[in-house]
Amino acid sequence: MQETISFTPQLTASPITGILWLIPAVPMVASGVIALLKQPKRRTASTLAIGSLSFSLLLSLIAFGHVVRDWTLGIATRETVNFTWIQVGAANVDLGWVLDPLSAVMMVMVALVGLLIFIYSIEYMKHDENFTRFFCFMSLFAGAMLGVAIANSMLLLFMCWELVGLTSYLLIGFWYQKPAAAAAAKKAFLTTRIGDVFFLLGIVWLFAQTGTLLFYNGGAGSLEAGALGGLLAQPAAWGLTAAGAIGLLIFAGAAGKSGQLPLHVWLPDAMEGPTPVSALIHAATMVAAGVYLIARVYPLMQAGALAGGTTTALTVVTWVGASTAVFAALIAVAQNDIKRILAYSTISQLGYMMAGLGMGGVAVGMFHLITHAFFKALLFLGAGSVIHGCHEEQDIRRMGGLKADMPLTFATYGIGMLALCGFPLLFSGFWSKDGILEAAMHWSVAKTPLYMLVFGALLTAFYMTRQVGYVFFGFNRGSKDAHESPEVMTVPLVVLAFFAMALGLIGTPAWPWFRGFLDGRAVGFDWHGFIEPGLLALMATSTVVVFVGIGLAWRLYGDQSPKPTEPDVLEAAAPLPWGWLRDRLYVDELYGVTVIVFYGWWARVAEWLDRRVWGGAVSGVAWAFGLWAQLNRFLDNNWVDGGFDKSCDELASGGGLLARVQTGRVQTYLRLLALAVVALALMLIWSSRA
Amino acid sequence: MTPLAGYLLVAALLFSIGLAGALTRRNAILVLIGIELMLNAANLNLIAFWRYGPHPEALTGMMFAIFSIAVAAAEAAVGLGLVIQIHRHAHTTDLDQMNRMKG
Repeated sequence: MQETISFTPQLTASPITGILWLIPAVPMVASGVIALLKQPKRRTASTLAIGSLSFSLLLSLIAFGHVVRDWTLGIATRETVNFTWIQVGAANVDLGWVLDPLSAVMMVMVALVGLLIFIYSIEYMKHDENFTRFFCFMSLFAGAMLGVAIANSMLLLFMCWELVGLTSYLLIGFWYQKPAAAAAAKKAFLTTRIGDVFFLLGIVWLFAQTGTLLFYNGGAGSLEAGALGGLLAQPAAWGLTAAGAIGLLIFAGAAGKSGQLPLHVWLPDAMEGPTPVSALIHAATMVAAGVYLIARVYPLMQAGALAGGTTTALTVVTWVGASTAVFAALIAVAQNDIKRILAYSTISQLGYMMAGLGMGGVAVGMFHLITHAFFKALLFLGAGSVIHGCHEEQDIRRMGGLKADMPLTFATYGIGMLALCGFPLLFSGFWSKDGILEAAMHWSVAKTPLYMLVFGALLTAFYMTRQVGYVFFGFNRGSKDAHESPEVMTVPLVVLAFFAMALGLIGTPAWPWFRGFLDGRAVGFDWHGFIEPGLLALMATSTVVVFVGIGLAWRLYGDQSPKPTEPDVLEAAAPLPWGWLRDRLYVDELYGVTVIVFYGWWARVAEWLDRRVWGGAVSGVAWAFGLWAQLNRFLDNNWVDGGFDKSCDELASGGGLLARVQTGRVQTYLRLLALAVVALALMLIWSSRA
Repeated sequence: MTPLAGYLLVAALLFSIGLAGALTRRNAILVLIGIELMLNAANLNLIAFWRYGPHPEALTGMMFAIFSIAVAAAEAAVGLGLVIQIHRHAHTTDLDQMNRMKG
């Protein structure tokens, strides 16, 4: 075992932490500016997006460098900047950001992968008329995702979390003219919302219990010892502590975002979006946000565990993760859409990450997250390149023989595929997956997840080889004039391919730098890492598994090139289970007859209530008012109007009477005047007499 | 010196003559002349009451009379102007035919 030396914590904020907020803010501002651009301003839009993300990458690298330097000096960086957002009575709602190894690793990954995908998109989206809108959403996504990475507050994380959910929705439905895309966007939004409701409940509960939503706040944060102690002392239902229950609620949110088992159905449909979107959001970063979230709140998930033990929350995470890994890998075997295979593969790999978090800790899960981000982005961009080269064809049965037409895409795709399969020694996927398997081997609760994950690895190697065999080998069964993509698209592929291989170096058992970096302890280079008990045997086993998977698939699919109309080899051998897998094990149908039917029924009940009960009440009130109005009209016509008419008539006739005095003759008036004067004079005389 | 009643009698006579003229004549101009006579009867009264009043040295009645004459002159001008306009419009100065203000 490596010697464990805890580094001294570093809490004062350095200058780079002070300006850390610029990392998400700059792409968000760029997104706002792009939103105001006119459609033909394509160059400005892409320049703004790429420029702002490059800036974020630069800052992220500086921050990362800062953390690494501290680490070499034996300091575990955890610098935070917190501020009060809202003050409600005695309670404060605080926001803030944190710079620690976890956030540093995450933001460098997001910015780097994002930047490569942005560059790739310039070419891929070249002919789309909504080019500026695309970059607006992508920039907003990048900003929000970087916000998730640096958040030091559950609330800030949740806001950014919802923002990435929103951009995911917008980008899946980017081609909203297609009904399938619009439906997929809606499905993604609603499915992840189910998880988010639980997540929000967890946040509220956490706030109610600890009075703060900050993760780290110099001892007063919700993930620090004081708050966790309080949470552990608080019992919740079914023998869980409050910490465990909140952890499970948060995990529900993470499961929604990361496509874990009950809520995975949206991710394959999300492939309706443009391929760079699939690569960035639905493979490399956003779906990994759930894994990152669990890694972030790991102290909460782990609270109360004895040494070497585990907690209920982590056990649940493990089982869900392992089941997802096998389940999705099974379905991936029988898919024919190039992107759908990768989508199920993503779900499966996310299951690996969750299982890795549950059994091995933050570093194990995060290492797979990082390596997966690179090779899955590579695979998606490679798939995009293939789709682009084959004139928007996505069915792998209508491809074939592309290794000659698209050599660079083939080479990089091959690297990505081998990394995903976990091909030994050279590829990053091998080391990260091996870390998870090793953690499963040492897990104290059960050995089943280990077997499940090994079986998953076999399936992974199988379906990836099947896909590569269909796409790149044999003869071309689709359009004849497939062409290699231009350099703007292939250069990001090459860069990603480099990382897909090189990243393995920082996580080998001999030099587990990544694990030491995240856990805050020193590591040295030591060959003896390999000869820990059981490890060599495990590596040998996984190697054998990978070779068996690749070999089997190669025997069945390599260079065979069946016609598109022919049934698959396995379908011919076992049509029934193949059909189950091809139809995605009927999960969508299951939801169709349970959740959807229930909601449909409920909607009908609500409609009936609306029409009959509420609508009836409203109509009743309206009818009563109508009656009242009729009564008023009657009174008006017969009483009020009559009175008015009568008085008007009287006035008119009185006027006529008086009008007779007005003869129009001046002398008549004068005569009247004279008479009046005489009368007045007589009155005066009379009064003086009296 | 003639007693006050003498002046008042003359003024009353003048007023009555004016009133009779204004009431009986049909010609608008003659009616105006009658009105002028009545005004002058009033002026005569003003002067008489001033001279036989408690402060004959104060010239107040004279001032009233002068103002009254000036106003009467203006009034006569307006009245004559109206009569001329009516004559132009209706080619008559007969007041009995001018009854368009009848209610």
